[in-house]
Amino acid sequence: MTTRRIAVTIGTAIALMSAAGCGSDSGGDPLATGSATSSAGGASSITVGSADFPESVLLAEIYAGALQAKGVDVSKKLSIGSREAYIPALQDGSIDLIPEYTGVLAQYFNKEAKATDSEGVYTELKAALPETLTVLEKSAAEDKDAVVVTKATADKLGLKSIADLEGKSQDLVLGGPPEWKTRPTGVPGLKKVYNLEFKSFKPLDAGGPLSVQALKSGQVDAANIFTTDPSIPANSFVVLEDPKSLFAAQNVVPLATKAKVNPTVEGALNAVSAKLDTKTLTDLLAQVVTDKKDPDAVAAEFLKANGLG
Amino acid sequence: MAAGERGPPVIQDIIAWLSDPAHWTGEDGVLRRTLEHLGYSGIALVIAAVIAIPAGLVIGHTGRGRFAVVNLAGAARAIPSLGLLFLLFLFLAPRVSGDAAFLWPSLIALVVLAIPPILSGAYAGVESVDPAARDAARGMGMTGPAVLLRVEFPCALPLVFSGLRSAALQIVATATIAAIVGLGGLGRFLIDGQKSRDFPQMASGALVVAVLALLVDFLFALAQRYAVSPGLTGRGARATMRHTEVAVRAAAGETEAIRPVDRSRSRQ
Repeated sequence: MTTRRIAVTIGTAIALMSAAGCGSDSGGDPLATGSATSSAGGASSITVGSADFPESVLLAEIYAGALQAKGVDVSKKLSIGSREAYIPALQDGSIDLIPEYTGVLAQYFNKEAKATDSEGVYTELKAALPETLTVLEKSAAEDKDAVVVTKATADKLGLKSIADLEGKSQDLVLGGPPEWKTRPTGVPGLKKVYNLEFKSFKPLDAGGPLSVQALKSGQVDAANIFTTDPSIPANSFVVLEDPKSLFAAQNVVPLATKAKVNPTVEGALNAVSAKLDTKTLTDLLAQVVTDKKDPDAVAAEFLKANGLG
Repeated sequence: MAAGERGPPVIQDIIAWLSDPAHWTGEDGVLRRTLEHLGYSGIALVIAAVIAIPAGLVIGHTGRGRFAVVNLAGAARAIPSLGLLFLLFLFLAPRVSGDAAFLWPSLIALVVLAIPPILSGAYAGVESVDPAARDAARGMGMTGPAVLLRVEFPCALPLVFSGLRSAALQIVATATIAAIVGLGGLGRFLIDGQKSRDFPQMASGALVVAVLALLVDFLFALAQRYAVSPGLTGRGARATMRHTEVAVRAAAGETEAIRPVDRSRSRQ
């Protein structure tokens, strides 16, 4: 009896210690789920991740499908969260590949990133990436952050661009994702680049249903919605131009851990990027968001239609 | 052990975050957020109590509608607050203007969360009243409502309070969801901390919520202690002493306590 109790105690202690050891390996992210098993898995096994909005999930499904078609062993960890959460996941090996956008990614790694045109941003991004990460060919598809208003607001205040908000923004409520409060391309950027102070900032979601609904029904006067969002044409929202390029070029690009990229992977992903442009992406996204189709089904259809699946 | 080295810095981060005075004051400081949090919680609890206590008392008293309400309340416990919040927001946003479109969904989600425990506390409390006490009340000529309010309700108070307590605990712990639809409250620290990967902020926020929930629970326990009749809880020597005193006086021939006061009146 006593011996058994001691054995159980020791066993529990060992289990706890090894569990704690695992935790310390995963880069100190207390929210990390599942075991990363970064040491296991050969060169042609890839874990695809995505951010927590539909387009990122859709792009991740497209990448996953294209890789699978080339015989790569793919597993998926989708809807991880914001950039602040999944970049560390890439660096600690929890995931190996994630669809990204050139501009915000460059600014994430280099707060001083200045270029705003597609090529310049892409070059700057490649220079800013840490040793272990790499980007493949960028696609023509661009999904930029945008400040969006309703047609009524745009007509009333005569708004065409973000700059037109100067002198008017103090009466307007801005809605956006919570991280906009501190992010350089969010509220601080609007103040710095356009000298805009809003009446208040409502932390909602990243261009999701809360932001769209709140803008549509007037709880916020301007909202952060992405340029490929199907809700923009559906509600005749007006995307304000960005003459001072606060929001840099945002070409869709695969971001991967260098160790996992081989010619097969590179070929498959570059072929996908060659077929993607903003209109294609908006159409595909509308199928997911508006028609409620499964992202993996939409991805499969796109790959098949382009001879990639 | 590597984990051992990693543990304390997290706690140090939390302590550092919490001991920075800048995090406590101002528009998004802990104090302001705590007041907002208590505000949402208090309003939701009052609304839930106003609905659920009378309903529970009546159901317990009459026994009518018991089956339907018990099952409805049970089913309501399974409603996910977060899902309800989104649904209500998407439904109410086009119909309500301004911040009310964020506030009402949050409050309703919390009220729905709080009604089942309060309701079941109230009717279980009334149902568990000693039938002898109820009979005695009727024997004294009390009407149905009088029995409910003057005998059954006071006797049911311990269970009514435990319903309120568990509702308050759940509300305070769940009121963090208000932050998801852009409101304040302590949830702001959790959501903003997670989204911008400021884990000390997130963990500190969680800690404050937990402490607040325990504090509220403690206050309810205290309130319960003083609101419930000593005769029910058996607490305090006074009650026992008075009974003893009466008995002693009666034995000593002081008939005041057992004088048939009402005889003359009942003849009229």
